[in-house]
Amino acid sequence: MSHNISSLGYYLRVFATLLILTAATVGAAFIDFGAFSTPIAMTIAMTKGLLVVLFFMHVWHSKKLTWLFAAAGFLWLVILIGMTFGDIVSRGWQGQPAL
Amino acid sequence: MSSQQTASSAALGKADSVPQDSYISNEYGIKSWLLTLDHKRIAILYLISMTAFFFLGGAFAVAIRLELLTPHGDLMEAETYNKFFTQHGMVMVFFFLLPSIPAVFGNFLLPLMLGAKDLAFPRLNLLSWYIFMIGGILALYAIITGGVDTGWTFYTPYSSTYANSQVMVAGIALFITGFSSILTGLNFLVTIHRMRAPGLTWFRLPLFVWAHYATSVIMLLGTPVLAITILMLALERGFGMGFFDPKLGGDPILFQHLFWFYSHPAVYIMILPAMGVISEVISCFARKRVFGYHFIAFSSMAIAVLGFLVWGHHLFVSGQSAYAGMVFSFLSMVVAIPSAVKVFNWSATLFKGSISLQTPMLYCLGFIGLFTIGGLTGLFLATLSVDVHLHDTYFVVAHFHYVMVGGVVMAYMAAIHFWWPKITGRMYPEMAARFSAIVIFIGFNLTFFPQFLLGYLGMPRRYHVYPDEFQVLNVFSTAGASILGIGYLIPMVYFVWSLWWGKPASSNPWQAKGLEWTIASPPSPHNFEQIPVVTEEAYAYASDAQFVSAFDTDDQAKQSSHV
Amino acid sequence: MSELTSNPGLAHHFEDLEQQHESMTLGMWAFLITEVMFFGGLFTLYAIYRWQYPDAFSESSNKLSVLQGAGNTVVLIGSSLTMALSIWRAQHGDMRGTVRYLVATLLLGSVFLVVKGFEYSHKFHDHLVPGAHFDVSQFLMPETQAHGALFFSLYFAMTGMHALHMVIGMVALLILIKRVRRGRYSAENYSALELMGLYWHFVDIVWIFLFPLLYLIGRTWTPA
Ligand SMILES: [Cu+2]
Repeated sequence: MSHNISSLGYYLRVFATLLILTAATVGAAFIDFGAFSTPIAMTIAMTKGLLVVLFFMHVWHSKKLTWLFAAAGFLWLVILIGMTFGDIVSRGWQGQPAL
Repeated sequence: MSSQQTASSAALGKADSVPQDSYISNEYGIKSWLLTLDHKRIAILYLISMTAFFFLGGAFAVAIRLELLTPHGDLMEAETYNKFFTQHGMVMVFFFLLPSIPAVFGNFLLPLMLGAKDLAFPRLNLLSWYIFMIGGILALYAIITGGVDTGWTFYTPYSSTYANSQVMVAGIALFITGFSSILTGLNFLVTIHRMRAPGLTWFRLPLFVWAHYATSVIMLLGTPVLAITILMLALERGFGMGFFDPKLGGDPILFQHLFWFYSHPAVYIMILPAMGVISEVISCFARKRVFGYHFIAFSSMAIAVLGFLVWGHHLFVSGQSAYAGMVFSFLSMVVAIPSAVKVFNWSATLFKGSISLQTPMLYCLGFIGLFTIGGLTGLFLATLSVDVHLHDTYFVVAHFHYVMVGGVVMAYMAAIHFWWPKITGRMYPEMAARFSAIVIFIGFNLTFFPQFLLGYLGMPRRYHVYPDEFQVLNVFSTAGASILGIGYLIPMVYFVWSLWWGKPASSNPWQAKGLEWTIASPPSPHNFEQIPVVTEEAYAYASDAQFVSAFDTDDQAKQSSHV
Repeated sequence: MSELTSNPGLAHHFEDLEQQHESMTLGMWAFLITEVMFFGGLFTLYAIYRWQYPDAFSESSNKLSVLQGAGNTVVLIGSSLTMALSIWRAQHGDMRGTVRYLVATLLLGSVFLVVKGFEYSHKFHDHLVPGAHFDVSQFLMPETQAHGALFFSLYFAMTGMHALHMVIGMVALLILIKRVRRGRYSAENYSALELMGLYWHFVDIVWIFLFPLLYLIGRTWTPA
């Protein structure tokens, strides 16, 4: 098996970044950003998730197929949440009975 | 050992002509079957267990049709009737239709068509069967100890709060069975990616394989959503947690969203493999390459993706927003396009083909006609305004039975006749098979066509009594169901008969193309002595073939050499 | 059984280790996709109910301990690091190092579950577990009480499912540690470790999302 072997420092750097982002998300939670607080929290979480996927799970050095699989999982989640949300949000628009 | 040997050889019709090294005869005894890792034997395990479930589901259907013979509740009470249609749907959908073609024919044929020795994960494959059986037995337990009366859709809050039947056990049964489906899909997906023989590029794959690839994608992406939905239902029912409960501000329609996110694509889990079968059979008996190979391959993938965007058409009158309804209605129209592409291409394949009407082909032609009716009436129902009139009427019942029975079961019958010689090494009796194919076609239409009319006239589904004016059409339907039932029993008889007395099959009785026909019937345990190298496209039939007499069904068997 | 397998780690139906390794990792990725969708159902409900009842969610979330949540996040990220490092040692053929890091992963996993156990028992004590004894009248304002059950149901379902995945992962870790000790794997053949890693990191990612969604909402929230 030919694999790209990373160094110890590489993993430690990813780990350190994840810790900093954890501190950032906790800190941000205690500052009132109004409507932006959830997007900020989610952006940080996405970044952290992406770091784990790309570097701990080695997707960065993987074949296109692995990228495709990882992306498909995310995309389908967006479909599930997005289209269900579409129903909830648009209830009660323009003369429909609000439920 | 000797008693086991007779038992298993009797069950499987071991005959002198079966080569001693076939997958059937290489090992004996019940253990050699229950612990097998051979994809072909696992397919047989599925075949036997699913046939049992099919006839169980059929028995409920018989009871339902008998009750509906008269407008009054002569045979059973409303509660019993509720349980019967629920159990009919549950058994048929989850324990027959969903696994049917993938678990039996996908399992048996994918490695053969790919030139592989087995699926990528043989242990996982056996595990899926055991999971399937555990789920199935649990469902049986639920049926025997009180039954389920929620409808196969398990809508909340009835299922979570009010129903007094075995909802919990049945829910757990479906939860478990779902993992069987997930593992099968995972196995197929990896196998198709990684186990193709040298030279077998993506566009040389049989369309059966493409169909199963698309099916696997749906199994993987959809089934877990059903699992978590049932789990939430169980937590709500069992522990009083709040997920959909309106008393806590929950929204029961969200249950329907999650349920149909899986269950609409689940229709494609059933129909896509069926379409794969049709592509194989139709090209063989028209002696032509499938017209528009790439279009059929890509339409399978398009169905797999678009099929996930339409689930809201089940919620048009449930309280879903009308704007969401419009979007779902439009997308439901769109998903009809790839299905139509397939039907057009199959028809074009027949054009100027050298057609012979062997039994598999009869089922195939039946499929094309009935699936087209089923699909087009689906468009009626996907039309927002029309659905207000037709929702929850017998029109819906007729529509999905045209797709599920007229489509999937017809293709399943085509498949079992087409590959029976390969699976068992025996030919089935052609005339009896043709006769039963015609009986099934007539019985099916007589059963379900009147239901379109009943639904249009306003007869609602899921009631055991109905106004007198609907009786004539219901009598037609029940009469058709009797004919259909007999039609399904005839193949049971002649298939079992053929295990002992059927004519031994050559390795390629249909003169068909495809790797599975290059090896012995029945195949050896490891399929290929040498991994084949593929050099040509699928369905490389010579267009000028005058070969019909070459079929060795009714004439003497010609012992073609096992390559 | 005609073919001879030269490598004991190679199953008969694969041509070579490369094909076997690629099949196994692809299978694991496919499995993880199903896991995404499995948790996806819960996330969908969370998103919608939070959008519908933001006050009930904010107020209920304030009943969770940020310290315990944040501590567990650090623990879990640490376990992901040790998991990655165990594979890194395997790539160098240092199987003793691999075992050390796997044991560390297991220990960090147990720390996470112990903390989770304390959190749960507090909730039981405070009647915050939805069901017969659920009672938020002491904790939530009258307007938000009606929908507090939705938050706590989702909290328990999401963290419970996550914890269940941790338990399954830890059982798998135990088996794996035993096998590594017996010398089943080497720098040439460590696919099982990679699969374990993929699974473990996935469970970590789920938590990375659960933490801000469950623990960190409404911390600046004041009753309207
Ligand atoms: Cu549908």
